[in-house]
Amino acid sequence: MTLQIAGREFGSRLLAGTGKFASPELMRDAIAASGADIVTVALRRADLSGGRDPFANILEYIDPKRYLLLPNTSGAGNAAEAIRLAHLAAAAGLPKWIKLEIHPDPRYLLPDPIETLAAAEILVREGFVVLPYINADPVLAKRLQDAGTATVMPLGSPIGSNRGLETRDQLRIIIDQATVPVVVDAGIGRPSHAAEAMEMGADAVLVNTAIAVSEDPCRMARCFAAAVRCGREAYEVGLGAAERTARATSPLTAFLDR
Amino acid sequence: MLDFAGFVGYVEAVSFLREFEALRIEELLELSRNTGAADARQAAGKTLLTPSDFARLISPAAAGECLEDICRRSQAMTRRRFGKVIRLFAPLYLSNECINNCKYCGFSRDNAILRVTLNVEEVLREARALKEQGFRNILLVSGEHPKFVSGGYMADCIRALHAEVPSISLEIGPMETAEYLPLAEAGADGLVVYQETYDRGLYAEMHTAGPKRNFDWRLETPERAYAAGFRRLGIGALYGFGDWRREAICLAAHAAHLLRHCWKAQLTVSLPRLRPCAGQFQPPAPMSDRDLTQLVCALRLYLPDAGLVLSTREAPQLRDGLIPLGITMISAGSHTEPGGYTGAGREKLHHTERGRIVELAAGASEWAEGATGQFEIADPRSSGEVAALLQRLGYEPVWKDWDAALTA
Repeated sequence: MTLQIAGREFGSRLLAGTGKFASPELMRDAIAASGADIVTVALRRADLSGGRDPFANILEYIDPKRYLLLPNTSGAGNAAEAIRLAHLAAAAGLPKWIKLEIHPDPRYLLPDPIETLAAAEILVREGFVVLPYINADPVLAKRLQDAGTATVMPLGSPIGSNRGLETRDQLRIIIDQATVPVVVDAGIGRPSHAAEAMEMGADAVLVNTAIAVSEDPCRMARCFAAAVRCGREAYEVGLGAAERTARATSPLTAFLDR
Repeated sequence: MLDFAGFVGYVEAVSFLREFEALRIEELLELSRNTGAADARQAAGKTLLTPSDFARLISPAAAGECLEDICRRSQAMTRRRFGKVIRLFAPLYLSNECINNCKYCGFSRDNAILRVTLNVEEVLREARALKEQGFRNILLVSGEHPKFVSGGYMADCIRALHAEVPSISLEIGPMETAEYLPLAEAGADGLVVYQETYDRGLYAEMHTAGPKRNFDWRLETPERAYAAGFRRLGIGALYGFGDWRREAICLAAHAAHLLRHCWKAQLTVSLPRLRPCAGQFQPPAPMSDRDLTQLVCALRLYLPDAGLVLSTREAPQLRDGLIPLGITMISAGSHTEPGGYTGAGREKLHHTERGRIVELAAGASEWAEGATGQFEIADPRSSGEVAALLQRLGYEPVWKDWDAALTA
């Protein structure tokens, strides 16, 4: 089954980010190698005036025919700032989809739950497809779904930390209760982290730092794509339950059935 | 963990001034002196560093063989946290009028230099020249003189620029929170203030006249700016007055305090070394290139999330070497005199004596090359040359990293 968000189908369950790359050309190539269909861009790095600023031309490296360009509000410290950025993006002709990121703390970049919910309620009412970045808080995830967000995007661990799914127990609850796709965002530092999220039943993952700062971003992007595919397939096939004791593959009682 | 609480004797520090008064600097300096190479290496390998670990990283022992390891770790941490990008900014000097006398600064009131204050139109002309080069992040710099550089003038300049420049920071004489409020509302998002030296004795010796003599008032400036809504705070010490390790320990304590108390602000730390300027001041305790490298990496390990800023005070070869080690933001193609980018204000050049303008002799401003700069820069390369260099080093030069909508 393919990934569906707000009634739109996507072939890839790996979402790509655009920050931290050594050059825009490398970013473009790594995104292509990842096979991603959805690419998120920080609005603060783009020119939203329509003047095609050559010194802020990150959007020109993402083909809007090939990818769904998902603007994000990174840099916003409260709901009002995030909403202003969303409006500017829509006015600049970008898709009316928004990855809502509100992190007032520039150090850990942890999302503000109160401002995020407030902004989501307003943007959903205004007709935006809202994908909120949140801490792995199951109740907040439900509140956002009730407000009409198209996904929830809980973090595995802080942005850029490469620490993997430190929130796995909370993620399990969010996935178990979800009525919209769950996209695990932030902290995924290795392909095995991505596979783990997919095996748990996450609908997709978003990876940026681990690809962008790798020695070979294109190869690393392919590694993540493979891990996401494997993890998803294993989830769909159904993984065996974990046991504390060993189960022999050649049972000792087999002679009784002979 | 970053907290210097263990070295100040109480936990509930409200302002940094109180924490600073109680900071046991000598204890940390002694720890630094007695550190061996093995201790330094161990400190460098930790995930969360304590103030003691920072003292070990800036120790003489850490400057030897293990500096290479510290640099490697600093580089890896910086790339993971900030990516393979370097942000660019340019200083725009508004005025070189000043009521202070500071032994090391070219703008000192008793220096008979060519002075000028740009009007709003001239400031806009300078900003547009910088914009043409690519800059979307401008630092407005000014001497401290209420007669020439008032709060109203600053707000006018910021308002005029805000429509065209997404990110505006200020480096001006310290103000009250109530005076900062209209500047933040006008669209400034960052405030930079260097303590110059955290040594009270040296501070008194260097600042011989004017309101800048007030050490405490300056020390609490970042907190007042934060209260007014500034989103980026920049601090730093000026190296060359005294023991750089003492300055570094105080600076690290200051940074740790601001990270905890001003939690919504992005903190940057600058590492300026004294440069030649009018007045011919000679640094009594010059800091070596090796010391500076060690400090950049020690700060990165101790403050993984702080921006580290390197200006054109440093020469090209050193800048090129330091950038990949832990620096996140640099200036390029800088001028340290008002009107430096376009020649704006040249016809208004004058001397200032006791706050009064003294006109130059007839025709003198025609042969003058322009206003006098604050100091001589050491990296004369253009912004375009520096951007190309960054690309060769494997970094994307980032010009725009902020949108005016965030400070509207």
